[in-house]
Amino acid sequence: MQFLTNDVSSISLIHFLFLGAIVFTIGVCGIVINRKNIIVILLSIELILLAVNINMVAFSVYLGDLVGQIFSIFILTVAAAEAAIGLAILVVYFRNRGSIEVEHINNMHG
Amino acid sequence: MVKPMIVYILLLPLIAAVFTGLLCKKVSNYFAQIFNSSLLAISALLSLFVFHDIVIVGKVLQIDLFNWIDLGNFTIKWSIYADSLTAIMLVVVTIISSIVHVYSIGYMHDDPNVPKFMAYLSLFTFFMLMLITSNNLVQLFFGWEGVGLCSYLLIGFWYQKQSACDAAVKAFVVNRVGDIFFAIGILSIFFMFDSVAFDYIFKNAAIYKDHYMSIMGMRFHTLDFVCILLFIGCMGKSAQIGLHTWLPDAMEGPTPVSALIHAATMVTAGVFLVARCSPLFEYAPFALNMITVIGAITCVFAATIAMVQNDIKKIIAYSTCSQLGYMFFACGVSAYPAAIFHLFTHAFFKALLFLGAGSVIHALSGEQDINKMGGLWKKIPFTYAMMWIGSLALCGIWPFAGYYSKDAIIEAAYASGSEVGEYAFSMGVFAACCTAFYSIRLLILVFHGTSKVSAKLSKHIHEPSLTMIIPLALLSLGAVFSGIIGDNLFHILSPSLEFWHNSITILAQPNILEKIHHLTLSVKITPLIFGISGMILAYVFYITNPKLPKLITTRLQWLYVILYNKYYIDELYDVLIVHNLKRCANYLANITEVKVIDGLGPNGFASVVSKMSGYFSKIQNGYLYNYALVMVLGFVIFLTWYVLIFA
Repeated sequence: MQFLTNDVSSISLIHFLFLGAIVFTIGVCGIVINRKNIIVILLSIELILLAVNINMVAFSVYLGDLVGQIFSIFILTVAAAEAAIGLAILVVYFRNRGSIEVEHINNMHG
Repeated sequence: MVKPMIVYILLLPLIAAVFTGLLCKKVSNYFAQIFNSSLLAISALLSLFVFHDIVIVGKVLQIDLFNWIDLGNFTIKWSIYADSLTAIMLVVVTIISSIVHVYSIGYMHDDPNVPKFMAYLSLFTFFMLMLITSNNLVQLFFGWEGVGLCSYLLIGFWYQKQSACDAAVKAFVVNRVGDIFFAIGILSIFFMFDSVAFDYIFKNAAIYKDHYMSIMGMRFHTLDFVCILLFIGCMGKSAQIGLHTWLPDAMEGPTPVSALIHAATMVTAGVFLVARCSPLFEYAPFALNMITVIGAITCVFAATIAMVQNDIKKIIAYSTCSQLGYMFFACGVSAYPAAIFHLFTHAFFKALLFLGAGSVIHALSGEQDINKMGGLWKKIPFTYAMMWIGSLALCGIWPFAGYYSKDAIIEAAYASGSEVGEYAFSMGVFAACCTAFYSIRLLILVFHGTSKVSAKLSKHIHEPSLTMIIPLALLSLGAVFSGIIGDNLFHILSPSLEFWHNSITILAQPNILEKIHHLTLSVKITPLIFGISGMILAYVFYITNPKLPKLITTRLQWLYVILYNKYYIDELYDVLIVHNLKRCANYLANITEVKVIDGLGPNGFASVVSKMSGYFSKIQNGYLYNYALVMVLGFVIFLTWYVLIFA
């Protein structure tokens, strides 16, 4: 824990926040720019959640409050559940449509 | 005893109309004819009893059935009211109507819609009875509109014929013009008296004797104003000059309809209304003068047109118009009894003439042009005799019915002594000459001379069946005796007004009927002389010197053309009103309606909504990544805004 607070010249809170932001941005870009398949979207969502986790843990260490780290564990659990459900839906969807191309999923268009 | 009787008089035609009308597809022709005719005949018999009780015994009946309209102080009771004026109308309406019902059995026997026809006739009778038995203006208006409706239905009865439909619409529309004024008249009466009940209005009419009101800066005598409004309503219904154009066209309907509605009963409703409102009209001298002038003009106007027409029914129709003019100018000089007396006799002989004409048309399988007839008297002698009786009564030859009533009217016009009275007298005498001329012309062209009927048709010429002969015979009795009976037995024209039992008010003392009795013989026989000279003229024109009519029409061609084209009134209305109204209506329909109201209203809103939804639906393209992008961008914008505001 020492290195976070004392050694300013090395890795500090701001670095962790940057990392979180970069991962978050990659996640968002993965969703928006990706036009191929849904698995990549699911991966991107995981990335976004991980970015949040990084922020949580970083702030938790910075503030000396364990609640943030406990929450990050919860978020990991929820992310796992979400990934499981997402994949399950994906499998069912594939059985129905025979394709998981994002381009083709526009049944809801106006 | 009389009370339930009069209810049945009204109820029986209604029952007949509703029953046959609603079941017109179910009941047989035979049933409808017998059922309606017998109910109407019972109604006619009952009305004779009622007539006896009211006129001879001198009762006045007033039965309140129920409240019709109850709004604050605007209360209208649905009631049956019968005094002498109603009684004589009851007799006319029910008797002529039942006779026409019987005649229709024969005349309409091969029509596919007999029950419907019978139902309409009965319905008409009901409305007419409603009109004459009402004790207030609104109920009268109900009957007034009801007979207008039935007139429309019956003129357009042969709806496959375009001309019949046009005539029906024309009759309806022209009547609406009069009815608007009538309705305004009723409203102003309610405004003045706070009531529409006749007894109340008449009791209080004298209050407005010298009352003036101003409309848009002009001063009017109030009662004059109201009475003129009522009279314009009467002009529409009774086909007076200006609003007469529908009556000749109404001859497109079946002949029994022309006899019942457009000669004997409905068209006389206007005369009845003026007589009914005599206590009001008596205080409106200007309105009376206007009635006199309009009546006098109409009687000559229509009679002159009738002299040159070629359609047998149109001649009689113009004759009706002319006789209604007589009745009106009689009302105008306060000789209401003479007007109603003429209404009474005219109903018989004009119905006789129409039904006789119907019999001729029937014999010739629908031919109506008198130039294509001729020499029929040997083949249909009975009809010939009937037409003679009717024509003599119309010409006012002693002792036929018309003599008593028409002479009384012309004498009354002279006896009134006023300038308009003298004008009406001279017009009346001249019209009497024209009347005799066109009546005899019709008889000669139809029944005498060489036959111009095609050989094919002339084989079929036959006297009508018994159901048509009996009505003609009954009406001929009326045409011969109704004048003598009315004058000598009932004393309709007696100066003491004993027949009328206060149902008619004449203010002037001594009254006009008194003055008639003091006229010199020379005045009294003037109409008769003119009538006979008209007949002789027709005889000279068409029997002794058949080339004369041709000569005169070529010499006086402009006059002939004007008369033949009915003074171009129809054409004038077409150019002035119908054409412009059509243009206006087209403009409203195609520009205002389509472009402004629809364009800015429903259609405008609809197109805006559909356009906008088109734009919005493009945003919703179904691609997941776009939604995600929008979400993220929205989140970013929101967050930025939040930070800017609160940081």
